[in-house]
Amino acid sequence: MEHITLLIGIVIITALVFDFTNGFHDTANAMATTISTGALKPKTAVAMSAVLNLVGAFLSVEVAKTISGGILDESAGIKPEVIFAGLVGAIVWNLLTWLAGLPSSSSHALFGGLIGASVASAGFGSINGDAVVMKVLIPAVCAPLVAGVGAMLATRLTYRIGRNTDPAATAKGYRAGQIASAGLVSLAHGTNDAQKTMGVITLALIAGNVVAPDSDPPLWVIVSAGMAIALGTFIGGWRIIRTMGKGITDIQPPQGFAAQTGAATVILASSHLGFSLSTTQVCSGSVMGAGVGRKGGVVRWSTAGRMFAAWGLTLPAAGLVAAGAALLADQGDWGVTTVAVLALAACTAIWMASRRKPVDHTNVNEGHDAEEPGVITTAIAAVIPPPAGLTTTAADTDPAKASA
Amino acid sequence: MHIDWAALGSVFGVSLAVTVGLVGLFTLGIVGLSKQGTAGGEAGTSAAGGTTALARTGAYLCFALCAAAVAYGIYLIVA
Repeated sequence: MEHITLLIGIVIITALVFDFTNGFHDTANAMATTISTGALKPKTAVAMSAVLNLVGAFLSVEVAKTISGGILDESAGIKPEVIFAGLVGAIVWNLLTWLAGLPSSSSHALFGGLIGASVASAGFGSINGDAVVMKVLIPAVCAPLVAGVGAMLATRLTYRIGRNTDPAATAKGYRAGQIASAGLVSLAHGTNDAQKTMGVITLALIAGNVVAPDSDPPLWVIVSAGMAIALGTFIGGWRIIRTMGKGITDIQPPQGFAAQTGAATVILASSHLGFSLSTTQVCSGSVMGAGVGRKGGVVRWSTAGRMFAAWGLTLPAAGLVAAGAALLADQGDWGVTTVAVLALAACTAIWMASRRKPVDHTNVNEGHDAEEPGVITTAIAAVIPPPAGLTTTAADTDPAKASA
Repeated sequence: MHIDWAALGSVFGVSLAVTVGLVGLFTLGIVGLSKQGTAGGEAGTSAAGGTTALARTGAYLCFALCAAAVAYGIYLIVA
């Protein structure tokens, strides 16, 4: 470890910060519907998800070994500065979407950031266009679609089979099933996303000649990446949890179970067959499918529309921020310092903006009321169509009543 | 540009089938258990007892299959 230069150290810390925001951003995937149906108390849910993420991080290093996944042409030369800039782009976009309460893909933010930084630093030749389309864009369109259709059919089926039973009597069983499938999603998230960070850190170490090319991530990398993602998960991105659990549609226990099972299945099936896909998009898709599948279920398409817009923007936006950061960082030490200071300032500003209207475990299940326009939400609203009327009923605020 | 339609199709098919199958199975289990509760409460006749036992066995079978699917899922994650 004595060979680690200051720059590599900065890259590692930045990667861990990204890992933290990743966990933070993606708690919603596994736990949003579990919290909104009342299957688990908010704090219990995030704690369980954090533990499973940590466990998942230790299970395998397969994804970490293929992090660049052929998307970046490594022979063009990946410099630590470029990785640093890519990470900064991903972190800033993750925090912005968190502030807006939009579930967007952390993986896409990471890919977008790395792609943007590489293009800015080494030109378009450094990008493997085919791999981007095949590994990122196609799964991005297909995954939520598959999960949505699956969850919709499953919801229809479960309501049809259980139509003669008392909802109050069966709710307990559905909640138990939902906890199990949410646990699977958390575990899969830990193995996938914690490893992406491990891969990035390893890439940086290789670029800095600290470890040999093609080597496995060192143990301290695995441990720190697992801890960072678990900590982020435990702190919990409550804004996104609220959007996913309450904002898109009102989820009842059978729907929550169907949605979570669909998400877990799609994630496992596709990663087994070699597609890396966004856990966030799969889970959002299945929540929407479950909303459509219930008779009388309402999907708030305005919220969903803003989410889709955020998905479309994730890759280019993170890429642009990263490209700017890469141009600066390429200027030398003062450039890297400037990027670090700017990134820190941006994070602080976003955090300050979030304090104006905090969302935490106490009000996570409350209705999705109109957002107070902050500076950044206004900026985002300028790009994304504003929400139409958001319907909030009394049942929204009471999980016990909603599930009865 | 090479798009692997076969892999995409199999992800689609497998995901749909497994999701719907698992949710259906689990629902059957829940329904079986809840029928047991209501039947037991209504009357203690032997006929009702027989169907209750059957429903309960069926329900546990369904849950066992679901548990097996979860175990296979964990195996896929680890492997």
